[in-house]
Amino acid sequence: MSSTAQLPDPSGHFGVFGGRFLPEALIAALDELTAAYEKAKDDPEFQAEFTGLLRDYAGRPSIVTEAPRFAEHAGGARIILKREDLNHTGSHKINNVLGQAILTKRMGKTRVIAETGAGQHGVATATACALLGLECVVYMGELDTQRQALNVARMRVLGAEVIPVAIGSRTLKDAINEALRDWVANVDTTHYLLGTAAGAHPFPAMVRDFVRVISVEARQQVLDLTGKLPDAVCACVGGGSNAIGAFHAFIPDEGVRLYGFEAGGDGVETGRHAASITGGSIGVLHGARTYLLQDEYGQTQESHSISAGLDYPAVGPEHAWLHQTGRAIYRPIDDAPAMEAFRLLCRTEGIIPAIESAHALAGAIEVGRELGPDATILVNLSGRGDKDMHTAAKYFDLLDAEAEQS
Amino acid sequence: MTGTGTTTRLTEVLAAARADNRAALVGYLPAGYPSVEGSAAAMRAMVEGGCDIIEVGLPYSDPQMDGPVIQRAVEHALAHGTNTHHVIDNVRAVAETGAATLVMSYWNPIERYGVERFASELAAAGGSGVITPDLIPDEAHEWIAATDRHRLDRIFLVALSSSDERVAYTTRHCGGFVYAASVMGVTGARASVSTLAGDLVARTRATTDLPVCVGLGVSTAAQAAEVAGYADGVIVGSAFVRALLDAPNERAGLDAVRALAGELAEGVRKR
Repeated sequence: MSSTAQLPDPSGHFGVFGGRFLPEALIAALDELTAAYEKAKDDPEFQAEFTGLLRDYAGRPSIVTEAPRFAEHAGGARIILKREDLNHTGSHKINNVLGQAILTKRMGKTRVIAETGAGQHGVATATACALLGLECVVYMGELDTQRQALNVARMRVLGAEVIPVAIGSRTLKDAINEALRDWVANVDTTHYLLGTAAGAHPFPAMVRDFVRVISVEARQQVLDLTGKLPDAVCACVGGGSNAIGAFHAFIPDEGVRLYGFEAGGDGVETGRHAASITGGSIGVLHGARTYLLQDEYGQTQESHSISAGLDYPAVGPEHAWLHQTGRAIYRPIDDAPAMEAFRLLCRTEGIIPAIESAHALAGAIEVGRELGPDATILVNLSGRGDKDMHTAAKYFDLLDAEAEQS
Repeated sequence: MTGTGTTTRLTEVLAAARADNRAALVGYLPAGYPSVEGSAAAMRAMVEGGCDIIEVGLPYSDPQMDGPVIQRAVEHALAHGTNTHHVIDNVRAVAETGAATLVMSYWNPIERYGVERFASELAAAGGSGVITPDLIPDEAHEWIAATDRHRLDRIFLVALSSSDERVAYTTRHCGGFVYAASVMGVTGARASVSTLAGDLVARTRATTDLPVCVGLGVSTAAQAAEVAGYADGVIVGSAFVRALLDAPNERAGLDAVRALAGELAEGVRKR
């Protein structure tokens, strides 16, 4: 296996994956962004500003927490949680958002657009824009604005304009299409602050570099705690930003198994899922060649998951490449085991995880049982579950009839 | 219906328009709106009205370059089961009229259908070439090989934001004509055509002898005449789709697109 340190290649390819499949009108903006990012990467001033905000604003480094009572259900393996849920705004999303927001200012742009599914990336973007004085417009599928009304309110409280998208499947993929349409018309003043490690070059590499701090910190924290590297790292995969952040510093450590858990929804065999790698095929969507859910004519198929943050029909190109080379292993976790793991972590450790992250927890239970009690497993707890209370209460039938009516 | 030797019907049609000292009229409709048969009939009506070149749109689930009018028609076409075979059928039906016939498609449906299979079936149906709005030459190695094999014209886009270097790079890989996108934005009628389009056409001409056609935002005969003043072809899409969407029935739709093509055809002759 070639080293991933050099990936992507200068034109944005991870093997056959990645690249740029967008209209020519946007190529100049992608070139400008690539140049600005390459310059910022080596600029101590940019790095100081970025790490300063991560420390003083987002609350990094995030801690690790050992989960012994949860681990009893995972074959007795040692389970260590990387607590991205404790970041400001409640998930790993803030890392990428702060990096790109600073870059937006450096490019002299004053307006930011973003897409959001569940609303977590939209909230993080609205937060960073409020902090840095940038105009913020968030595109969100009309269905999602109804399912996640509270996050719509959070974004508006933070000063962002939220635009419901009422075309196509009215979910995340259509919000991305609409954001791209806005971008091409307003590219002189506007940065498209993409929320995951997907899309056209340079987004997959740039977003990865902004979230990579997760594995850089966790690698040292596990070493300090246990004296050795973990045997496995588990993360959930939708677009794949938290997973690439959790994996990246471990990729050269060949003894560390990397597991990405995709949303299996009702089960990959039912066709109602969001498992692009395990249940999809190679194609092009939203600017990159990768794995996606598509029919025999290349039409994108709708994804399904109880977790809005994983409900996306494609995946970042670096994950496609890690899958193809065998460096990382991708498996589906259906809604039911994810919700069981959600409840289990709540009850055994007093931590309410995001339903997205619960897919990684359910995966860790599987991996723990396979590797046995001598294994140490690092799980990326990518976000907190407050936002999911409505879904969880409905799923577990926790609301009183009266409360439900109100 | 393909041209003789290595020249496509598209090249012949553009040369004939140039010999007439006028711009060519290029009309777009998506296959499958209002039905597969209905779109073929509408495209043939556009040829009767005066379109020299027809773009048969391949309906795609994620049309990032298209505004609301085309999105609506495409959504309808997909919901009623329009697929790539139907697109090829529409090409055959239009090419039989003698008009130069192109496919306009986002990249993934072509890649999924099979690059070689798509190129060979399109050529066999009498198609002259393909416009690919989200494929840049940088990513087109397989496509370039397949279109060369089947003597299809590859039409890439240049944009107002393209550097001179990128314009030169893009036109080097084009055949038939170069598609100059006249505005930074999606498809759809606009009150006025961007004054920047003329500059882009001039920058494009400096790099190639290929004809340059201008699209995005043209909907009236006056706009067509204005664009015909500096371009070799005028591309109209959303206005035709709008005419179909607004028509009370299919017959009225055919009359409407035929009449619109007639007005625009007069426009491209008043350069």
